[in-house]
Amino acid sequence: MVDIAIVDYGMGNLRSVYQAVRKVAPGANVVVSGEADVIASAKRVVFPGQGAAPDCMREIRERGLDKVIAAAVAAGKPFLGICMGLQVLFEHSEEGDTPCLGVISGQVTRFAHSLRDAQGNKLKVPHMGWNGVHHAEHPLWDGIEQDARFYYVHSYYVQPSDKDIVQGTSDYPQPFVCAVSRGNLFAVQFHPEKSAAAGLKLLENFVNWNPV
Amino acid sequence: MLAKRIIPCMDVTAGRVVKGVSFVELRDAGDPVEIAKRYDEQGADELTFLDITASSDDRSIIFHIIEKVAEQVFIPLTVGGGVREVQDVRNLLNAGADKVSINTSAVVNPQLVADAAGRYGSQCIVVAIDAKQVAPNKWEVFTHGGRKATGLDAVEWAIKMQALGAGEILLTSMDQDGQKKGFDLALTRAVTDALEIPVIASGGVGNLQHLADGVTQGGADAVLAASIFHFGEYTVQQAKQHMAQQGIEVRL
Repeated sequence: MVDIAIVDYGMGNLRSVYQAVRKVAPGANVVVSGEADVIASAKRVVFPGQGAAPDCMREIRERGLDKVIAAAVAAGKPFLGICMGLQVLFEHSEEGDTPCLGVISGQVTRFAHSLRDAQGNKLKVPHMGWNGVHHAEHPLWDGIEQDARFYYVHSYYVQPSDKDIVQGTSDYPQPFVCAVSRGNLFAVQFHPEKSAAAGLKLLENFVNWNPV
Repeated sequence: MLAKRIIPCMDVTAGRVVKGVSFVELRDAGDPVEIAKRYDEQGADELTFLDITASSDDRSIIFHIIEKVAEQVFIPLTVGGGVREVQDVRNLLNAGADKVSINTSAVVNPQLVADAAGRYGSQCIVVAIDAKQVAPNKWEVFTHGGRKATGLDAVEWAIKMQALGAGEILLTSMDQDGQKKGFDLALTRAVTDALEIPVIASGGVGNLQHLADGVTQGGADAVLAASIFHFGEYTVQQAKQHMAQQGIEVRL
């Protein structure tokens, strides 16, 4: 019996995600897998990912995981997207003009070039490092302070069509959406597995989450 | 807003953290796993490990260290030293590194940077540049632990690395390294102004004001230091408080 499946589609290093999930769910059977039946049998699914959107989508489709992911979300099981696992849930990414999974309606857009902060300092892309998260009320934010910092590394951000699904934003320098939720689905742009205590708390909340 | 990062750096050989002065005269600083845990508790934003082992026979030691650290520390880990091929990048990522730093091999074979970034994503490819001033406002890239001149201009080299897919530049001043007189701020400023990607300033930190200067004057996105933390002169927390007092955004 698989308690938590971490979806492996060959993009990025899943060891960090695995270690962090193990840390917050010591008794659970956690597996890293790209097998459709393993993911389908799991009680919870974590969908991480790194790299470029065209490569991610190619790997997902070639492995037949597009249907598996859509089915896991539709089945109502707790589902957590991380980083590219947030972005590819949307309809389309500007990165490589890539059609994505379309589980959530909206677009993925690149940060503008030549961004500056209020003091006129250059803001680099990728947006890399620890930024504060203004979050809404949701069980996955339980015990996490308002404006707690999480670790990011990304050049693109999501723009959901339905603003009601937004669960968190960060500023760079304008607010951008860093967390969304809909029913059993929760997805974040930052890396909870690399965000020290705040990140582990969010993962712990996920492994204990029972969406209605 | 995004915080400026403080990154303790550990030079590792034969399973121990060591620190040299201007790339020579090594001094033992302790067990890497213990030190990594201590910096994590102090609020370090990331950790960098540089494997300075000369012999390829001892390469496997760093994998065990990274595996142990990654089980206990949940912040980004960068590992460099001896990365020659895409397979080396893969092995380090599999051991638990989040980013891999490429230095000499980027000069010998720039395509490695493109191949590694293409395969694993720019977010995990750091290009380390060791630079030495050769004329006013002109710095040359050195390789092989600072022993070999390349004839490459440091700023132009950084721009090329960005174009090939580097996600970040770790910039070390060889003139300042180990001198405890502060970063080469002109070098840091020249490189960071020329790039879109983040720059980590390295080499020369002797006190907390040097870290703050790296950000406010050098324009660095992150600052890296070794000996001021290893030998208990300052904690990472003290460094952050000092920077925060000067209006620098940090993760406290």
